[in-house]
Amino acid sequence: MALQAIAFYLLAAVTVIGALAVVSARNPVHSVLFLITAFFSAAGLFVLLGAEFLAMLLIVVYVGAVAVLFLFVVMMLDVDFAGLRQGFAQYLPIGGFVAFVLTVEMVFVASAVAAQGAAAKNLAPDASVGAATNTQAIGQVLYTDYVYFFQAAGLVLLVAMVGAIVLTLRHKSGVKRQNISAQVARNPKTGMHMVQIKPGAVVEKELSQ
Amino acid sequence: MIGLTHYLAVAAILFTIGVFGIFVNRKNIIVILMSIELILLAVNINLVAFSAYLHDVTGQIFALFVLTVAAAEAAVGLAVLVTFFRNRGDIAVDDASVMKG
Repeated sequence: MALQAIAFYLLAAVTVIGALAVVSARNPVHSVLFLITAFFSAAGLFVLLGAEFLAMLLIVVYVGAVAVLFLFVVMMLDVDFAGLRQGFAQYLPIGGFVAFVLTVEMVFVASAVAAQGAAAKNLAPDASVGAATNTQAIGQVLYTDYVYFFQAAGLVLLVAMVGAIVLTLRHKSGVKRQNISAQVARNPKTGMHMVQIKPGAVVEKELSQ
Repeated sequence: MIGLTHYLAVAAILFTIGVFGIFVNRKNIIVILMSIELILLAVNINLVAFSAYLHDVTGQIFALFVLTVAAAEAAVGLAVLVTFFRNRGDIAVDDASVMKG
């Protein structure tokens, strides 16, 4: 039990410090790397709670996809990041004040909920809910009660994918591309051009469309 | 013993760090997007903690959907960011008033 407490405090501290470094790092590449750190330790917290499936999902989705996407964008865009930090010191006092008030309030609400709310039964954490494994418990509910939501989630991902492609795809003018329908529609009439050549005259190039 | 309050406190601190990040990095939209990811992570920690301590798997299902939407949001947000950068050559969002809304 003590080992579990040590693991919790270690992972929680790394998560919070990583998150603080995300918002305060000078270099956005460092921000992304700290974001990965925070997500990894949050996945560790999920494992401590017994939610192994979501922990692995967090690593695959966030570290494997979202953070790499951020890293790509940060490295591809040639942006003056020093200029973007203007106003950091200006907004620091008011931001810190709001964050402090928000933290205190939310911790009070959290302790009140844990003491009096539905969670006051003080059960030991069990993310598998009686099923053999956590993944099995999720699968049994996800593919029965929540199957329409599951499909809607797939639709959301599809729309996001199409949207991202539509937003970023651009056709450069001046680049030669294969036009398959023009190739297939080509016949001897359109493909051949008869030119009357006068003796001694220069044949001008008039075939290029 | 590590109780529900501990996890809720971690989630609350993460959430406020996300809000704080949006406050202090008002120009840098990349860091704003990362702060939003932190906020959604805090929400997920809350959902999973309640799910584990209430012995109800629904919270984890919901966290899964939040994860899905967060991934979609990051993809579309970064696509918009790339398009914005192409059009303006800069990503300072505090003077992004092209649409004159």
